[in-house]
Amino acid sequence: MQWDIVIGLEIHVQLATKTKIFSGSSTAFGAEPNTQASAVDLAMPGTLPVPNEQAFRYAVMFGLAVNAEIGRRSVFDRKNYFYPDLPKGYQTTQLDHPIVGPGFVDIDLEDGSSKRVRIHHAHLEEDAGKSLHEDFDGMTGIDLNRAGTPLIEIVTEPDMNSAEEAVAFAKKLHSLVSSIGICDGDMSQGSLRFDVNISLKPKGSDELGTRTETKNLNSFRFMEQAIAHEVERQMDILEDGGRIIQETRLYNGDRDESRSMRSKEEANDYRYFPCPDLLPVVIDDAFIESARDLLPELPDERKARFKEQYGLNDYDARLLSDDARIAAFFEEAVGQGKDAKLAANWVLGEFSARLNAEDKTVVQAPITGSQLGQLVARIADNTVSSSGAKKVFEALWNGDADNADAIIEAQGLKQVSDTGALEQMVDEVLAGMPDQVAQYQEEADPKKQKKMLGGFMGPLMKASKGQGNPKLFNEILVRKLGG
Amino acid sequence: MHNKSVAELSRELESGKISSVELTREFLDRIKAEDRQYNSFITVTEDQALADAKTADEQRAAGKASVWTGVPFAHKDIFCTNGVATTCGSKMLANFVPPYDATVTANFRAAGAVCLGKTNMDEFAMGSSNESSFFGAVTNPWGLGNGEKRVPGGSSGGSAAAIAARLVPAATATDTGGSIRQPAALCGVTGLKPTYGRVSRYGMIAFASSLDQGGTMARTAEDNALMLNVMAGFDPKDSTCVDRAVPDYTATLNEPLKGLRIGLPKEYFSDQLSPAMEQQVRNAVKEYEKLGATVKEVSLPHAKLAIAAYYVIAPAEASANLSRFDGVRYGYRCDNPKDLNDLYTRTRAEGFGGEVKRRILVGTYALSAGYFDAYYLKAQKVRRLIQQDFVNAFNEVDVLMSPVTPSPAFVQGEKTSDPVTMYLEDVFTIAVNLAGVPAMSVPAGFVDGLPVGLQIIGNYFEEARLLNAAHQYQQVTDWHQKLPQ
Repeated sequence: MQWDIVIGLEIHVQLATKTKIFSGSSTAFGAEPNTQASAVDLAMPGTLPVPNEQAFRYAVMFGLAVNAEIGRRSVFDRKNYFYPDLPKGYQTTQLDHPIVGPGFVDIDLEDGSSKRVRIHHAHLEEDAGKSLHEDFDGMTGIDLNRAGTPLIEIVTEPDMNSAEEAVAFAKKLHSLVSSIGICDGDMSQGSLRFDVNISLKPKGSDELGTRTETKNLNSFRFMEQAIAHEVERQMDILEDGGRIIQETRLYNGDRDESRSMRSKEEANDYRYFPCPDLLPVVIDDAFIESARDLLPELPDERKARFKEQYGLNDYDARLLSDDARIAAFFEEAVGQGKDAKLAANWVLGEFSARLNAEDKTVVQAPITGSQLGQLVARIADNTVSSSGAKKVFEALWNGDADNADAIIEAQGLKQVSDTGALEQMVDEVLAGMPDQVAQYQEEADPKKQKKMLGGFMGPLMKASKGQGNPKLFNEILVRKLGG
Repeated sequence: MHNKSVAELSRELESGKISSVELTREFLDRIKAEDRQYNSFITVTEDQALADAKTADEQRAAGKASVWTGVPFAHKDIFCTNGVATTCGSKMLANFVPPYDATVTANFRAAGAVCLGKTNMDEFAMGSSNESSFFGAVTNPWGLGNGEKRVPGGSSGGSAAAIAARLVPAATATDTGGSIRQPAALCGVTGLKPTYGRVSRYGMIAFASSLDQGGTMARTAEDNALMLNVMAGFDPKDSTCVDRAVPDYTATLNEPLKGLRIGLPKEYFSDQLSPAMEQQVRNAVKEYEKLGATVKEVSLPHAKLAIAAYYVIAPAEASANLSRFDGVRYGYRCDNPKDLNDLYTRTRAEGFGGEVKRRILVGTYALSAGYFDAYYLKAQKVRRLIQQDFVNAFNEVDVLMSPVTPSPAFVQGEKTSDPVTMYLEDVFTIAVNLAGVPAMSVPAGFVDGLPVGLQIIGNYFEEARLLNAAHQYQQVTDWHQKLPQ
């Protein structure tokens, strides 16, 4: 049987506020355990939550960026369950009156088409602490530094029909929250965490199948694998005539396997009710407009501008505009020269490959956009060959010097473009290779001739100590051999 | 000196007739000698009190004294005190020493008052007789002379008994369903529950967050005003606290009452009230008429639903508020838990007393899937109707007057086996909390030698009017000056 895949996502996004959602403790990542947990975060008796205005502002900015209605009356509820890293015994969240109402995000797919994914709502809530099961010999350590970090939980409609679409949406969302500055986007630190709801239905059917939820996927690769894995698992069950159990599953990316965490029957009764310690928050027009003023250029707007301003193709424009930091790096590079296409190639090519190889983000790169831009300018004006440019890039990356010119100078990578000098070298080399010259001139097939040119380039580069402009060498060679 | 009011003691200190150290010593000695029979204190902070008194004397000598500088008082053991055990009357917190002050605590500290210790209370403020305290029941000073051990009311029974026994001139208290007014009435002292949001709840251990309100207890209305001057005001640490100017509550105590419009809610003069009690309340109202007030009957038509609504809302909030007591971070933890579930269940089974467990169960049930609409939502609707009753009543009159309790202090053990009978103790006080309006209990006579309280209820933020009315009554009566035998 043919199946339709139906996917909806729930995404937890940590907001980049300096302090927690209901206390003044720092939200910085990586501090010693429990050093960023105040009496409020520890749920000491008598302590009370005070909402962080910045968290509301960030949530509203998100709402505006996804074309959503803003909840004018935002109410917090208590979601009750016991867990050692949940200090109050309830999570303060929003159930019926979330801050962000229905909205949408358009995603671009590999085949060039685009698709609209609807946002059901997004609500504000507090993160829990962390339970540390290692290093405590049969016991569990509790770190409450993360407890109370503001989150928005974004819930989509089940509008995605493949892993590709889900991952495209996830990447788009990642780029969106990073570029509007409400999240640091660092997935390795859990700044974005994805839960994937998946169900299958017979192809073309209107009726949705029973879904499962796979929780806490924190990389795009794991997300793609987990969806593939779950689709296959459900398909196997259904094709054997079985039934899908509504349940929450955990996916182990290292082993590519999943297991059931709890079924619907085992699910908690969270006994939600409005939090009596927090009054409803009214979001007025002035607040919404002040949030709108803080919105930077959105990725979709930026992509359109890159195509227009730099003449980039759709694909390059998208890759460069999705992540605000890459976009800024690119524009810094372009600022040093005029060849935007060449700058785009270097940012998306050598530079991105190097980041990936070293598992770094753009902000961790040892070179700046203007440093790369200066190198691109030297390629464009023929000061350095592309092979020489790779050496310059390497040296810049390693910090041998802080600008391309200094490296070109120090390593003697400057191309010789003096045609007189080059012609003399060509004459000398050809004079030393009479057999090859004759062979070339007897060859009738221009394609084979072109290939044979390479045989002269090696000795020429050697003669010029690698500094001859290969393009000019080529022109001179063709002229002299042909004549 | 121990029979004097806060206002009088402040004047004695100012005149130099006595030092704060001497005064503090006198009250500490009284606590040491007499509290064995009342059990009104859980913790007495003798050394700290004497040190604070010495500091207060130095401040006064330096001319930097406020009204409260050097005046002894006590905190209900529900207010967190930095470095001093704060138990909330529970085994769960018997070992808990907070590293922070409640805002109320900090305010009294800043005013220079000398805290003698922490008063006994029903466990987590759940009770109307002070019999649910892990630290033992409190005995009402009234009736002891006849060899009767009567309850002081609750949950602020320790504060009320300590004031009645002249162990302290004033004490803080809290009121969720009557926990200031009912013990004040049963012990013959004056107590005020302010408007919800008037006094910060930060550091006041929560029972039912939307109903809890810190307040005052002393022998006179004037002393209550002096306390409220210290306690009232906006606190950025409490999102439910109201940012509204605080008047000097003593400034209007002497306003004449001529033209004051008093309403008597007919629902509060029902057959639940004994005729002898009713007589005392009506006598008090007559005094007000002599002072120039006018009286009319009014109606609070939904008052009869108050207890039912309260016993859904308060336990529902409590069931979540008390989830933090899980044995993980502070407070009681069971011995040798074998796993996480065992840690939770035994810690809570062993750490909470019976009444607290009952309310957690009731609240958990009321919030459960399938019951939420029928209980919690319905109760919230009733709450709005009750609020509207008060709004309507205050369109017609300035204050409402009623009894505080259906009967005077009962004998210990009399109602412990029947929780519903115990809950009916608060039949006249609970609607006030649901509405959030301020109310006082003022001594207004005796029945069978036991004190009777007059409840005066005001419109939102009209504490000054209540204190004025109570103070004027206390100028023409001496019920509040009577001493237990």
